Amino acid sequence: MSDLNTAMIEKYRSSFLKEVEANVEEGEWVKMCMQCGVCSGSCPLGKHWDHPPQEIFMMIRANKRDEVLSTDSMWMCTSCYNCISRCPRGLPITHIMHGLAVYSKRLGLTQKQQPTAQFSQIFWDNLMKKGRVNELKLGLSIYFKDGFGQGVKNAMANQKLGQNMMKAKRMNAMEFFSGHSVKDLSGFQKMVKKAQEIEAGNIKDFK
Amino acid sequence: MADEKKFAGYVCTGCGLGERLDAGQLETTATRDGKMQSCKQHEMLCSAEGVQMIKDDIANDGVTHVMIAACSRRAKVEAFNLTDVALTRANLREGVIWVRPDTDENRETTQEMADDYIRMACAELKSMSKPAASAEQSLNKNILVVGGGITGMTAAIEAAAAGYPVHLVEKNGALGGALGGYYKVIPTRSPYDAPAENPVPGMVEAIEASDNITVHLNSTIAKTDGAPGRFSVEVATESGSGETLSIGAIVQASGWKLFDAGKLPEFAYGKTPDVVTNHELEALAVAANGGPIKRPSDGKEVKSVCFIQNAGQCSDKEGHLSYFSGVTDLVSIKQAMYFKELNGECDTTILFDNLRTPGAGGEDFYRAGQQAMVTFSKGIASEVVPGDSLTVKFEDKILNEETEMACDLVVLATGMEPNSGPDPYAQLMVDEAEDEEEKAKAKAALENAPPSILNLQYRQGTDLPHLKNGFTDSHFICFPYETRRTGIYSAGPVRRPMDAQQARDDATGAALKAIQAAENAGLGRAAHPRSGDLSFPSFRKEGCTQCKRCTVECPFGAINEDEEGYPMYNESRCRRCGTCMGACPVRVISFENYSVETVNQQIKNCEIPEEWDEKPRILVLACENDAYPALDQAAQAGVEINPWARVIPVRCLGSVSLSWVTDALNNGYDGIVMMGCRRDDDYQCHFVRGSAMAAERMSKVGDTLDTLNLEPERVILHEVAITDVERAPQLINDMAETVEKIGLSPFKF
Repeated sequence: MSDLNTAMIEKYRSSFLKEVEANVEEGEWVKMCMQCGVCSGSCPLGKHWDHPPQEIFMMIRANKRDEVLSTDSMWMCTSCYNCISRCPRGLPITHIMHGLAVYSKRLGLTQKQQPTAQFSQIFWDNLMKKGRVNELKLGLSIYFKDGFGQGVKNAMANQKLGQNMMKAKRMNAMEFFSGHSVKDLSGFQKMVKKAQEIEAGNIKDFK
Repeated sequence: MADEKKFAGYVCTGCGLGERLDAGQLETTATRDGKMQSCKQHEMLCSAEGVQMIKDDIANDGVTHVMIAACSRRAKVEAFNLTDVALTRANLREGVIWVRPDTDENRETTQEMADDYIRMACAELKSMSKPAASAEQSLNKNILVVGGGITGMTAAIEAAAAGYPVHLVEKNGALGGALGGYYKVIPTRSPYDAPAENPVPGMVEAIEASDNITVHLNSTIAKTDGAPGRFSVEVATESGSGETLSIGAIVQASGWKLFDAGKLPEFAYGKTPDVVTNHELEALAVAANGGPIKRPSDGKEVKSVCFIQNAGQCSDKEGHLSYFSGVTDLVSIKQAMYFKELNGECDTTILFDNLRTPGAGGEDFYRAGQQAMVTFSKGIASEVVPGDSLTVKFEDKILNEETEMACDLVVLATGMEPNSGPDPYAQLMVDEAEDEEEKAKAKAALENAPPSILNLQYRQGTDLPHLKNGFTDSHFICFPYETRRTGIYSAGPVRRPMDAQQARDDATGAALKAIQAAENAGLGRAAHPRSGDLSFPSFRKEGCTQCKRCTVECPFGAINEDEEGYPMYNESRCRRCGTCMGACPVRVISFENYSVETVNQQIKNCEIPEEWDEKPRILVLACENDAYPALDQAAQAGVEINPWARVIPVRCLGSVSLSWVTDALNNGYDGIVMMGCRRDDDYQCHFVRGSAMAAERMSKVGDTLDTLNLEPERVILHEVAITDVERAPQLINDMAETVEKIGLSPFKF
């Protein structure tokens, strides 16, 4: 468990709802859920979730902090926005799901093998290097995330697809060496760093 | 006007009547068979010119009885509102041409139908006289309001503001009722986001300042005698002194009683003072005097509170209320917000199963509660374990688990019970119980009857009849303010569970109805549903056998008995349904314009074709409130009705005399269809028990059929709703098929 997690447990001992309200993006909406269940019924992937949104909202109110932050349910959201458009109370449910996922990741409570979380991290790391997504490296990172042997297997399985993409000039093998970048890379990195500082500060300083 | 009767008929040829029917023949029928002294045609009788023609005849030729052969009696009512004469209408449009196809081969039977309806209308008219009020009472503007809570106070203020003197009787020493001791009330104005100021103190001031309201504190009603427009009410005070008031109409606002939470041992009520009801929490909030609410056991400031919704209500458990009080969810939201207002960071949880927040601002107020961080958990509480900190065990209905929470105070949302008097029909319920369980229940209700509130000196009991669960309602859809005692209106939670704002709306309505009742009584007019009707029942004393059926069966308790056991009618209590008329075995009860004779004459004056003509006749007795309008609508929609049917509207199926059925069969009718309203627990009968009475009486019609050696299928009774536009004509056509199957009646001579 991260230090931040311990600190948060201490601060919001009595009410996980208040913690969500303070630290999760759009978290202030959670209290407005009226438990009608339309979101759960509307979710096309709902049956694959351990806890559909209605349940997650109820668990938050019932102080089930660990269960909520360590479930992979909110990582299952594909952002189809069915729930948002149908929620009679107008809750931005998709955004709350992403907010919860981000918060869980920040506190280090996300399951290590959660594929969406893994993909998101790889994507982020890739993006941060040059300010642009390097698709060749992104693909390779994903192929090889489970070890060298599995990576080769994955690469061989998609060999034909890769060749066709190169023929059609959708992928450039030269990207492997350096790759294209935004014009002002250091400026970009400074900007992101500042944004992260502000975000972290918000969590600590929130009253 | 001279006593001499003069009969005039008018045949309209508009709306296609002239093209479809031979108007000349109709005129001949009216004068030759119907014995009208004159008969005129007009191409549009309901036009100003047409109506003027009739009015001129009344003014210049002394016409006293008018027969109008045009559209249904439910159409053009304003145009043909001729109050100075006896009036009848032959229904040729909705009753004949609109239900028959316009083809040459049908022309003959269509004309026969029209001729019959004219004969029937004329015959009816012959035995009618112009109704006139009895002048039993004159205008009495005094309104009595029983109960000085928010409902009674509102009724008093509203009636007084309309210029009617009010007597307000309250059994306690101060006005205000239950709500008087409350901290705040559910908001009644936009934005509905916080509990609102209690309106009671302002209303008490307004009543004290009003010259039109006389307040009787520490008083009860010792006796209520008479009828609307001439009630004589004895008010008794605690000290023993009394006063007799002359009253025009009454509003009963006797309020509600709290459900006994002692019946909920699982929630530890009574075991620890920290489990309180919604009602008791108000006192705690008031006692807090602007500071934090403290719990009763040790005066500790409440840091966490749990509201248990539907405690002992909405439940099928023994001793619980089977119904929902409608307001307790709003009340709990309001009280949860007390804690947010007074106790700062207090954890406030509402355990609900079905959260219902009715009213204009209900949903907004619910949101406001959520905004204020009141936690709403969908869960059903099973147990409260007392202790320094109370433990509430409950089933979380979303997460599907048995769980528990700790809190300092538990509030039970218990239901409202009506504070009504004893049900006049409690004994009847015992007598009519269908099984032992029902009988035991009815007996218990009879034995545990509450003390009387109105002490009515009515043949049928001392108080307003109950509808369900002891509430003194009548029919919440058709006439929400009416009770089953004319001129006495119940309002507020004695009628159904409601909150303060609903009670105020209800009281305003009841005050207006009471004013209307007093005014109607002054003019000798009926109340809903035969509004404005001046006819009222009278009886031929020499024929009466004092059997008491009329006094027992009147759905409105209108009839008392004198010392010898003869019925005493009270015109202004009467709704003019004719249930007494249908009840009377010796047929001595009649109205001026509606009697056993008026219908009998219609039955007899319909031509019954000889057997070899193979034209059956089907008599349809249709309730004028639901079945007849349904047939009218069917006609408008062009639904066909069998040409053998002859429809006679009746005021209520309860007014149907068994003799009509017997006579019709003797006269050679081949089938009889009776159409009344729904009569079970969710009855739709406008006169409450009329339809049920008719069903009861007609169950004996089998004997008549037996003696006549006729098939039982020839007489049938249906429950018809006003929406049965397709079904009502179908029922008539079904009878025609039945007659075809079993053959014509052998009684045609």
